[in-house]
Amino acid sequence: MAKVLVVTSGKGGVGKTTSTAALGAALAQSGENVVVVDFDVGLRNLDLVMGAERRVVYDLINVVQGDAKLAQAVIRDKRLDTLSILPASQTRDKDALTEEGVARVMDELRAMFDWVICDSPAGIERGAVLAMRHADMAVIVTNPEVSSVRDSDRIIGLLDAKTVKAEKGETVSKHLLLARYDPARAARADMLTIEDVLDILSIPLLGVIPESREVLRASNIGAPVTLANPASAPARAYRDAARRLTGELLPMTVPADRAGLFGRLFGGRAA
Amino acid sequence: MSSAARSPHAFRFLGRSFLALVFAPEPPIPAWLDELDLWLRRSTGFFAEKPVVLDLTRTPLSRIEYETLIADLRTRNIRLVAVEGVDASWRGPDLAPLGNGGRSTAIVDLPLGDDAPNRAPGRAAPADRPPAPVPDPEPAAPSAPASLLIDVPVRSGQSVFFPDGDVTVIGSVASGAEIVAGGSIHIYGTLRGRALAGSTGNSGARIFCNRLEAELLAIDGLYKTADDIPERLVGHMVQARLDRDALLMTPLD
Repeated sequence: MAKVLVVTSGKGGVGKTTSTAALGAALAQSGENVVVVDFDVGLRNLDLVMGAERRVVYDLINVVQGDAKLAQAVIRDKRLDTLSILPASQTRDKDALTEEGVARVMDELRAMFDWVICDSPAGIERGAVLAMRHADMAVIVTNPEVSSVRDSDRIIGLLDAKTVKAEKGETVSKHLLLARYDPARAARADMLTIEDVLDILSIPLLGVIPESREVLRASNIGAPVTLANPASAPARAYRDAARRLTGELLPMTVPADRAGLFGRLFGGRAA
Repeated sequence: MSSAARSPHAFRFLGRSFLALVFAPEPPIPAWLDELDLWLRRSTGFFAEKPVVLDLTRTPLSRIEYETLIADLRTRNIRLVAVEGVDASWRGPDLAPLGNGGRSTAIVDLPLGDDAPNRAPGRAAPADRPPAPVPDPEPAAPSAPASLLIDVPVRSGQSVFFPDGDVTVIGSVASGAEIVAGGSIHIYGTLRGRALAGSTGNSGARIFCNRLEAELLAIDGLYKTADDIPERLVGHMVQARLDRDALLMTPLD
């Protein structure tokens, strides 16, 4: 049975789409059959970050409204055949998504793939709620700054209220992904530390993704950062996070951007 | 001595509330009476000293059926004190009218014993079962102190509203969350949001927290925002209470 994962945050611009692409690619590289689904109807970005923007014919709205079959809308990645994307519409808006339509699409996707990763839009309105509705697991992307942390807390509350699992009395397992972390600034107290964020949010830590120029570079060339530059610090951090998602126990480390000699000697694997 | 000389205060009305059992039989009435008999066989005299109200609002009966039912209940020693849902002219002098329906209270299940008859699954509605026993009717007792225990963190955007008593949270209260309690508030964690105690007018309510980083504290309407909370108390274990119309905060560590 496929796992449905929602990547959400509340706050915009913290790294949901980047993380969806990076985690999806990392899981696909380890052999899992993955589809990433863009729920940000009207402001779609996932197809850009994945490099699929010139091959979009049908999208999630078309499938929900019955204008196209799922197989026509899902685009296979050129680099990894275990990775696919279901893009969102750029011309419509989220009111075109219906609950029954989304439920139907999710059921079909669950039958086709091992992992269904839903890239949530920012906010707490309909789009974000529909993206999380069918989730078994949630990755909450947070930046170590106060407004992001507060918004993440709100989203965590919604995960316990508005999901199908919550309505059945079960829980959606929640994992914190701390993105754009800068250890130097945290040490100077310019930025919240990992401990501060964990203290406020009280959910298990999935991984810490360091701030890095590689992320922008990767999205500009249309590739998930784990594929564009696998040796980079964020790529290594995302790969570790993906391994933890499958249940592997890895000690938590924050990879540094330029792996020095020692990093290369012991690098590749989390220590 | 004429009655006019009596003091106008001699005659007083007292109000009292009693908990009455309500029968809301559903047709076919003979089948319902059979079930009632089953109950009575297990506990004879059960209804003997209890006031019973007959609710026929959802069971229109003909006059004959109604009078038969009343007679049937009487033979079973059930004392009807009032009837709802019938034409006023049917009631007769010994049955009181009931104002507007009354307020329902929780029905408590009475274990029927091992040989309880197998009830068809569709008939689970409380109206089908004779209601469970209730302690002897007393004047409305002062409500027992109630308390709410929350053992998960209270997330931003969540609001806990409990006018009936104390609230205890095992975990933190996030900024953007609020707890409103009729009694005291106890937080075994960090209070980052708002805590409003004594909300129903209880000036003796207090607020306790392991770590104070609150946005707002209030007791019985008197409040202090984060700005007015002394710096030396922030981050500490604190107790807040009302001291003669002033919100007093003292460290507990």
